[in-house]
Amino acid sequence: MPHEVDESFLALPLRALADAALARARALGATHADFRLERVRSAAWRLRDARPAGSSDTTDLGYAVRVVHGGAWGFASGVDLTMDAAARVASQAVEMAKLSARVIAAAGSDERVELAAEPVYADRTWVSSYETDPFTVPDAEKTGLLAEWSSRLLAAPAVSHADASLLTVHENKFYADTAGTTTTQQRVRLHPELTAVAVDPESGEFESMRTIAPPVGRGWEYLTGAGGWDWDAELAEIPELLAEKMRAPGVEPGRYDLVVHPSNLWLTIHESIGHATELDRALGYEAAYAGTSFATFDQLGSLRYGSDLMNVTGDRTAEHGLATVGYDDEGVAAQSWNLVKDGTLVGYQLDRRIAKLTGFERSNGCAYADSPAHVPVQRMANVSLRPAPDGPSTEELISGVERGIYVVGDRSWSIDMQRYNFQFTGQRFFRIENGRLAGQLRDVAYQATTTDFWGSMKAVGGPETYLLCGAFNCGKAQPGQVAAVSHGCPSALFENVNILNTTQEAGR
Amino acid sequence: MSTVNPASGKPHEIVERALELSRADGCVVIADEHSGANLRWAGNALTTNGVTRGRTLTVIATVGGAEGTASGVVSRSAVTADDLEPLVRAAEAAAREAGPAEDAQPLVEGVPESPDFTEPPAETSSGVFAAFAPALGESFARARAGGRELYGFAAHNLTSSYLGTSTGLRLRHDQPTGTLELNAKSPDRTRSAWAGRPTRDFRDVDPLALDAELARRLAWAERRTELPAGRYETLLPPTAVADLLIYQQWSSTARDAAEGRTVFSKAGGGTRVGERLSGLPLTLRSDPREPGLESAPFVLAHSSGDDASVFDNGLPLEPTEWLRGGELNRLITTRHTAGLTGLPLAPGMDNLVLDAGGSRSLDDMVAASGHDGPCLLLTCLWYIREVDPATLLLTGLTRDGVYLVEKGEVTAEVNNFRFNESPVSLLGRATEAGVTERTLPREWGDWFTRAAMPALRVPDFHMSSVSQGV
Repeated sequence: MPHEVDESFLALPLRALADAALARARALGATHADFRLERVRSAAWRLRDARPAGSSDTTDLGYAVRVVHGGAWGFASGVDLTMDAAARVASQAVEMAKLSARVIAAAGSDERVELAAEPVYADRTWVSSYETDPFTVPDAEKTGLLAEWSSRLLAAPAVSHADASLLTVHENKFYADTAGTTTTQQRVRLHPELTAVAVDPESGEFESMRTIAPPVGRGWEYLTGAGGWDWDAELAEIPELLAEKMRAPGVEPGRYDLVVHPSNLWLTIHESIGHATELDRALGYEAAYAGTSFATFDQLGSLRYGSDLMNVTGDRTAEHGLATVGYDDEGVAAQSWNLVKDGTLVGYQLDRRIAKLTGFERSNGCAYADSPAHVPVQRMANVSLRPAPDGPSTEELISGVERGIYVVGDRSWSIDMQRYNFQFTGQRFFRIENGRLAGQLRDVAYQATTTDFWGSMKAVGGPETYLLCGAFNCGKAQPGQVAAVSHGCPSALFENVNILNTTQEAGR
Repeated sequence: MSTVNPASGKPHEIVERALELSRADGCVVIADEHSGANLRWAGNALTTNGVTRGRTLTVIATVGGAEGTASGVVSRSAVTADDLEPLVRAAEAAAREAGPAEDAQPLVEGVPESPDFTEPPAETSSGVFAAFAPALGESFARARAGGRELYGFAAHNLTSSYLGTSTGLRLRHDQPTGTLELNAKSPDRTRSAWAGRPTRDFRDVDPLALDAELARRLAWAERRTELPAGRYETLLPPTAVADLLIYQQWSSTARDAAEGRTVFSKAGGGTRVGERLSGLPLTLRSDPREPGLESAPFVLAHSSGDDASVFDNGLPLEPTEWLRGGELNRLITTRHTAGLTGLPLAPGMDNLVLDAGGSRSLDDMVAASGHDGPCLLLTCLWYIREVDPATLLLTGLTRDGVYLVEKGEVTAEVNNFRFNESPVSLLGRATEAGVTERTLPREWGDWFTRAAMPALRVPDFHMSSVSQGV
């Protein structure tokens, strides 16, 4: 059902504040200025063993002015919704730009900020795709559902504890710039999660198993069975899977073929492709913090990223995607484009400054700020591995493996600062013997380097295996920002991947 | 719209007004006044810099019922006078809908009022960089002339928190937090070095001195040697020790341990409190009045969780020894979880100090290393994530310089590694702790900056694989 932007947001003095800020920035000599007013409402509920264990409901409202003045960036933010205050914040942004320009000049640099051109979009409105805004659902209904689900898990003898959480976000943004673009947007997203814990008090051993249902750009319908996830089925299978995991043998370290379910593969894509193809990183703008990238700009069009089966897109348009928008935080219209085609690096994620700097005609719309107090930085689009049009099912992928492991759900993740060396664990690991699943394994981690791993991809599942997964908490930039992002992918087969036993890694 | 202007506002009055509006059985109001300024740079040039101002008002309503007391927590930024009553009512409605809170306790009372409760908030601005920014520009020029590229970030934030409760508490805390991170690279980016400093006011940090320190390290890296994965004697500098022990501290909640689901759970039931974890006489402690690392001297809880309870807001914080003489002495408790577990009350705090009485600097420890075989000197750790809660096995990577120490001197740079290690296990295997010094945790510096740690010598640090990343 299409929604309108909330009246309470539209009732804020959006244009008046923008006009005051942009006029002041122009008057002070800014060659570009943009104004962004945001209202972000985030609420969270936690339950332990079906009882409320904490909640919060936070609304962040404020605005930001970003300018280019004297060839340097300046940024300031404020919360006072008066014209004078907005103009004052614009003045502060210009002052910050002047400070930057002085320091840059003192360093003997001739670097100047310029922005790639973008058509002007006047008075555009965009609302994400959802049925029921979760903030219209009574809190008691939310916690009641989480408690009921927790109780189902706790009813099983194998389950000692059940943790439940729900995060919901309702985000409104108004953007205006000195070129004449004005956009007003509204997005909704939510992330439910349940974890069952088994404890053997005598031995001191414990294990957990979490739902693999992904966070989504949907509304409350996601929790009621109308939003594409079968919660009843997943909750019903977890206790027995957990009990089996408690009894499962530790994996024998070595090299195995892996069939990786989308609920795990999305995170490997995020870390080893999503971040690696951010061009600001590759150029060094995140070098001191998030890091750089092995996928350097000089390798565009030539770097063999993976096997010929590998096709990856950047996409700001996917329905229900967590990084899906109508326009980014620089007024650039949402787009979809290739990052890796037939295994070769063919594209990057861009914002307007980086696009201009590197000779691209246009940004592909990857500027995002997570709050009105933060400057937009280049953030990830929905970065997704395309399925093979006539590709196999997950069962068919498994059937082709003689000795391997089927990996389901994400857990631990870590990758180096140039996105080479990574190590991931998961929620569920099943032995594959002669094309069949043969029970679970414990203590499994897979470790590889990015191009080795993607080069080892020998089969890609068909569209029926495709699932849009993702996270709310992708971190980048200083001051630190978090962004929500989705990654779609099919199941896929990887040959000869290094498997560690995490208990042995711990020296036990 | 009538407006409570944060720039000229009186947050204590907003707290009082919100408390007056409350119709709940109990009410806690926290007004946080934020100001911040930051500079960011890459390739010897400033990039994105900014100043911010803001206010967040958090209202915690508690409502009694037949089955127990419930709580509702609602926070709003940019609060206007018109917003106050809706905000209070929203918190009350959230409490009524929430059902009994399992951490419910009587609200804290009897704590003396802060003498500065009615004073205006402290604030920072870009002026905090008045001396630092020109020095930074000079360091850019010097680095450029010396064939180095500088990357980094300087941030100064100040939060004034005003806490009022319906039980009469009127408390205030001003928290300055400053960090400086400087990363130097060779122009071909094959060599990289990093240094970080915590600061309260940027008067005690010198980018030129840090650049000189990094130039020394880049010079160390002019000779490079490759080493395979394996276990190596390793010197962990204070920043790396901080990152490992902060994660351990975050994993030290008493309730989880008592329920049998952490590294601090004891087989057969209960916790490992009282068990010796290290042969070194290590003390791991928090103290809100630790000189240079001062943090809030009372509980400020904006929501309840495993390590905090909104019902404990205002509870005075006292010096706490988490480890004493190498023995596990305390786990994090709220009043609720202290009751559940039978362990002493020990709320979490915002600083952490590890001390074993060592007197040797990291340079002294280097001089004493590499005489019986190679030793590795790390710069810092990165992308630390939990692999196995049962052992608190963490994975992550070395970053910005691993150096080979031979016969008391750094002789080369070594490739980076992925490690798989548990801080609890490391404490048990460490053979030496150096002098304790203030340090900036590299990995967790976005969330936790107030730390003082020694360097640790570990005879067999587990480098699980080689990382090509620089």
